[in-house]
Amino acid sequence: MKRLFDKDTWQEIFGSIQKNKIRTIITMIGVLWGIFIFITLSGSSKGLDNGFERAFESIASNSIFIWAQSTGLPYKGYKSNRNITLKIQDVDVLKKKVKGIKFIAPRIAAGIFGGAGGNIVRGTKSGTYAIYGDYPEYIKIATTKIYDGGRFINESDIKYERKVCVIGERTQLELFEKDEDPIGEFISINKINFRVAGVHKFVEGGGFGDDGDIYIPFTTFRKIFNTGDDVAFFMIAADEDIDGVKVEKEIRTTLKQIHKVDPNDKRAIGGFNLGEVFKRTMNFANGLTFLSLVVGIATILAGVIGIGNILLISVKERTKEIGIRRALGATPSEVRTQIILESVFLTILAGIIGIILGAFVLSGINAATVDITDFPYTNPTVPIPYVLGALGLMVILGTLIGIIPAQRAVSIKPIDALREE
Amino acid sequence: MIKIKDLHKSYRMGTSSLHVLKGINFEVEEGELVAIMGSSGSGKSTLLNIIGMLDLLDKGSYELDGVPIKDLDETKAANYRNKFLGFVFQSFNLINYKTALENVTLPLYYQGVKRKEREALAWKYLDDFGLKEWATHLPSELSGGQKQRVAIARAMVTKPKVLLADELTGALDSKTSEEVMALIQEINQAGKTILIVTHEEDIANMCTRIVRLKDGIIMEDKKNKMVKAI
Repeated sequence: MKRLFDKDTWQEIFGSIQKNKIRTIITMIGVLWGIFIFITLSGSSKGLDNGFERAFESIASNSIFIWAQSTGLPYKGYKSNRNITLKIQDVDVLKKKVKGIKFIAPRIAAGIFGGAGGNIVRGTKSGTYAIYGDYPEYIKIATTKIYDGGRFINESDIKYERKVCVIGERTQLELFEKDEDPIGEFISINKINFRVAGVHKFVEGGGFGDDGDIYIPFTTFRKIFNTGDDVAFFMIAADEDIDGVKVEKEIRTTLKQIHKVDPNDKRAIGGFNLGEVFKRTMNFANGLTFLSLVVGIATILAGVIGIGNILLISVKERTKEIGIRRALGATPSEVRTQIILESVFLTILAGIIGIILGAFVLSGINAATVDITDFPYTNPTVPIPYVLGALGLMVILGTLIGIIPAQRAVSIKPIDALREE
Repeated sequence: MIKIKDLHKSYRMGTSSLHVLKGINFEVEEGELVAIMGSSGSGKSTLLNIIGMLDLLDKGSYELDGVPIKDLDETKAANYRNKFLGFVFQSFNLINYKTALENVTLPLYYQGVKRKEREALAWKYLDDFGLKEWATHLPSELSGGQKQRVAIARAMVTKPKVLLADELTGALDSKTSEEVMALIQEINQAGKTILIVTHEEDIANMCTRIVRLKDGIIMEDKKNKMVKAI
């Protein structure tokens, strides 16, 4: 150990490494390549991971969509193929009966699922957009962004059935002048004037919707479109620490009870569990990370074995030198230490260069993909523990692999080494 | 300085064994310059290797400067070699990627001498041997005689009790051989005990004592009137 921190030991090692440049370079390439692959791969998979996460960030990752369809089985005297419509009263029942519901946002819509949209007019400009009747909870589940200055629908909008709306950024572009502030302005929806309360920014991914959607209070919607208590679908956010799949199942069961549907009917209540998709995608990303770790470590291993191999040859080449050193009084442990330290030093040096090169490539990829938003690749980084782990692994492997040539070097008798001409 | 009693050494050659040294009794006083002569296969190099602790004896005893040399393991042998002995070889055996100076400092490195001291000592010896200008040159840039003088400097730098030379002029022409022998004689005059293995009569005649080996035993051991080299 003492020898490890001795300046002279290192000078001896530097001397030996420096003066055999070609050998040194060839030795290093293997490990350099290995760590380079490791860094690039794990960084890329992290980038992919981040990319997926970004793709899902527009919506709460444990959200569930529930809608009603027609029954598939006859039940309690009802024929099959009966159309089921979710009702606003279901919300209270669900909240009471199903544990783990954080938010529940009933929505009703015109202009999606084949219906006619709202006819929007402002001055001389007009257009047709999908209209949603919403509760304030919606914004907590779908993390739609509202531009500064505006707001989403709130409780008193619901209570007083206010004629306010949140328009999409495309709607703004199409109905308003460029420099015009839409907040507080009026637009007409199906010939009824609505005041614009906010503009939402459309974020891609996570369900449906587009940048032209108009949101109005649920209560206002049902009055205008005469939809009564009907709900098109529920958006539900489950508690973070709860199994979303279980919550979804309970919701379906409860809804089947309410609407008198056979518990075994698979068709009547439709659902889409984003949490599950999210989980599956993250599993895929984790799998990729794991794969890249395995491949990277295997490549490092191959590189280190290469170092051992070349050192073994170099020991053979240096038989005479080692013999001379032994004759001059180098003890076996001194010879062994030198060879092992050479191995470790080469491994680490190559490793650090590989890490730097890998980092360069990653930042290059990042620069190339930073503007491509529909490619799930963001901020490729290698966690510091990975880097340190890889370095640690290299030290250990470098030492272990160095033992083989070191042992070979020690087993050379000085007398035999010197005789070799 | 060296006391060897009833020394036997044999090598296994497959199934048979080759008895190389068959009972050598041999003493060297301090300050002697001994030539060990013999044709190839006479056992002279084996004897030198055993004295140099590069090889182990089978039977008999060996004492160096009052220290019995026995139960040698590799580490112990390395330490003794480092402390007591200096080696000079026929093929110089300099490390080819190290400069003359670095070669000379190497045994001191293994003694644990500090770098500055090492270099100061090495400079002194190189200077003494007329190699000052060549100190920073690689062995490949030196002539045979220069290389051998560097090797002698390397052997001497640890102030060994005995200097062992194996055919040190074997790779040199006769003029250079004489120059190197002159250096050896000079070192001997200063009191160093030196053993030289050679098969050249004129080299042997430059020593104070000639020991002739044949088939593993000492045939002749006589004082010699030293012929001055050059």
